[in-house]
Amino acid sequence: MLEAHSISKSFGSFKALQEVSLMVPKQSVFGLLGPNGAGKTTLIRIINQITMPDSGHVLLDGEPLRPDHIRYIGYLPEERGLYKTMKVGEQVIYLAQLKGLSKSDAKAQLKYWFDRLDIGHWWDKKVQELSKGMAQKIQFVVTVLHRPKLLIFDEPFSGFDPINAQLIREEILNLRDQGATVIFSTHRMESVEEMCDHIALMNKSKKILDGNLMDIKRAYQSNVFRVGIKSADKAGTWKILEEQFGATPVVFKSIHEEVQCKLQLPDGHGPNDLFAQLSKFGEISHFVQEVPTANDIFIQSIHQNEAIL
Amino acid sequence: MNHLGLILVREYLNKVRNKSFIIMTFMSPLLMVGVIGLVTYLSNLNNDNERHIKVLDQSGYFGHLFEDQDQITFELLDTIDLEQAKAITESAQDYGLLFIPKVKNIADLSRAIYFYSEDSPSIVVMTQIERIVQQQANTLALNQAGIDAQAIRDLYFDVRPQLETFKGQETSKLGSGLKLIFGGAAGYLLFMFIIIYGNMIMRSVIEEKTSRIIEVIISSVRPIELLLGKIFGTTLAGITQFAVWVILVGVLGTVMSQVLGVEMQTGSQVAMEQGAALAQTNDLPAQILMEIFQLPMTNLVVMFFLFFIGGYLLYASLYAAIGAAVDSETDTQQFMIPIIMPLIIAVYVGVFTVIEDPHGTVSQVFSFIPLTSPVVMLMRIPFGVPLWEQIVSVVLLFTTFIGTVWFAAKIYRVGILMYGKKPSYKELLKWLKY
Repeated sequence: MLEAHSISKSFGSFKALQEVSLMVPKQSVFGLLGPNGAGKTTLIRIINQITMPDSGHVLLDGEPLRPDHIRYIGYLPEERGLYKTMKVGEQVIYLAQLKGLSKSDAKAQLKYWFDRLDIGHWWDKKVQELSKGMAQKIQFVVTVLHRPKLLIFDEPFSGFDPINAQLIREEILNLRDQGATVIFSTHRMESVEEMCDHIALMNKSKKILDGNLMDIKRAYQSNVFRVGIKSADKAGTWKILEEQFGATPVVFKSIHEEVQCKLQLPDGHGPNDLFAQLSKFGEISHFVQEVPTANDIFIQSIHQNEAIL
Repeated sequence: MNHLGLILVREYLNKVRNKSFIIMTFMSPLLMVGVIGLVTYLSNLNNDNERHIKVLDQSGYFGHLFEDQDQITFELLDTIDLEQAKAITESAQDYGLLFIPKVKNIADLSRAIYFYSEDSPSIVVMTQIERIVQQQANTLALNQAGIDAQAIRDLYFDVRPQLETFKGQETSKLGSGLKLIFGGAAGYLLFMFIIIYGNMIMRSVIEEKTSRIIEVIISSVRPIELLLGKIFGTTLAGITQFAVWVILVGVLGTVMSQVLGVEMQTGSQVAMEQGAALAQTNDLPAQILMEIFQLPMTNLVVMFFLFFIGGYLLYASLYAAIGAAVDSETDTQQFMIPIIMPLIIAVYVGVFTVIEDPHGTVSQVFSFIPLTSPVVMLMRIPFGVPLWEQIVSVVLLFTTFIGTVWFAAKIYRVGILMYGKKPSYKELLKWLKY
């Protein structure tokens, strides 16, 4: 759907992007992650043709970006607002017209969305009469109204209360299911976990990691298991575990009295071997592989990256 | 470019529907006409009271000369005592008493005449009295010296050279005056338009930034379309407002002059009379018409529109550029002076240099520089400017306009990426390179 090939961009002596390449597969939710100042917004602005890259190029459906491509893209920037003195309905239709929709088309779409989000009575209100959350909903509608193939959200959930955030999350996934491709940039990891199929991780103007979220998690899995064993001789068991497996103590919530520890799967062994060995010490109440969260991966890879630099 | 139309319409409607804009549009003419009406009414009120002046003429030379006028009536007193006359005047509550004593020598009169009144008398009244007395005294003095006053009047010389160019075109001082008025009026109108609507354009360019919708807009349209749409939309709103003003002032003025019974043209009539007195001819209106027809009319009208539109657009685009460079209106101050300066220079050059020497080097140079050409060239044209010069100047003007908008669009695009940084001129130059 969208390919970026070795994009570089600098502002004066400051390098905002260095040789960044991306592949966003069709009909997926693509998370563009990274700490503040990593270059996410600059990259998004290049895709939206707000700025031009110094070198590199972007392909949309295999074609180099052209000015008329903007009608296929819906963009919700992090810095967002609406014309305060314009009426809601009028304004959304105007913005949709700028994206190439005809007036009647825009009206029909707007009706659909207003009914769907149950905000039809806002049509004749001025934006300055709306609350911040209400305005955010309108902005979401503005972004999706012209049925773009590619949706780009920059920190979409900032400013939403949990209920509306959930509503928008569902709408985004729904749009993906209808065929849209979604890029969204954030540093909130919990939403990444829930929504993203693919991610790319950026730090200090470079991409340091990308791929399918599950693949990445697999690559980052550490073969560490949390184990709880009901044992008669707690101290003895603990001693053996520490010596044989290098177990470290952890505490997790449990309804049992047990030895709780974290241990590394020995090389050349499968989880079953470990389970069999451990079952000698008593009844196993817990046996869970630690899967890294997106947050863990994020922090870990950024630290690694900074260590290299 | 179909975005341009959409943006233009939105800007126009947004301006025209704005409450303060509507209020301004309808209140300004009301205020203007109201103030003029009030002043006229008040001065009328003042003029209405008739002034009675008693005259005690002991010399016997002047009494018969004081004829009643619009608001002054004279009453000749019999030869009585001065103190008595004062008492009579005061008890009658008249405006004043003019006392002309009996003198041996006319020359002694100059300091011997007194005017007694309750308060200091009005200058208008005194001027009239002075004129009457002075004229008569002059004649008397001449007669006393044995000179026929009428003979002197007959011998008065009136020198007025007839002006004609080598090509046989007749001109006159009056014509030069008209040219000056035409150029001045055009310059003034331009000045006014720029001052009133330039700021409006600037605010409109900042609007997207203060409402933070800028990134949504800029990912949909090109900055140059946005800026052009704003300039034209605001200008149309301005023209609408101006038209309403002209119509309203016309209607209200007529209504008011009917109600108050005041000829609104009094002022211009006075001016005409003064002009007539100056020219000492009776067929002045005809002469003005003739002079107007002698001006290169077609050329003037066409060039007026071209230079007016071009000049306005150029300055409008400068305001837009300022709007593009800043984040909020408070940052605009430092950029204001460079905009106003060329305008002021243009007017100065127009008034002082062009009149002196319409085709001198200074006039010529300034009529090519785009920032001053709208005013200076318009003032030069009535004096005859070769067509090629006019065309070059117009082309330069419009090219600069397009260049400025392009420049503004460039700044605008870069400005988005620089939130919160206060731009200096140096910074702006750097932005151009991005």
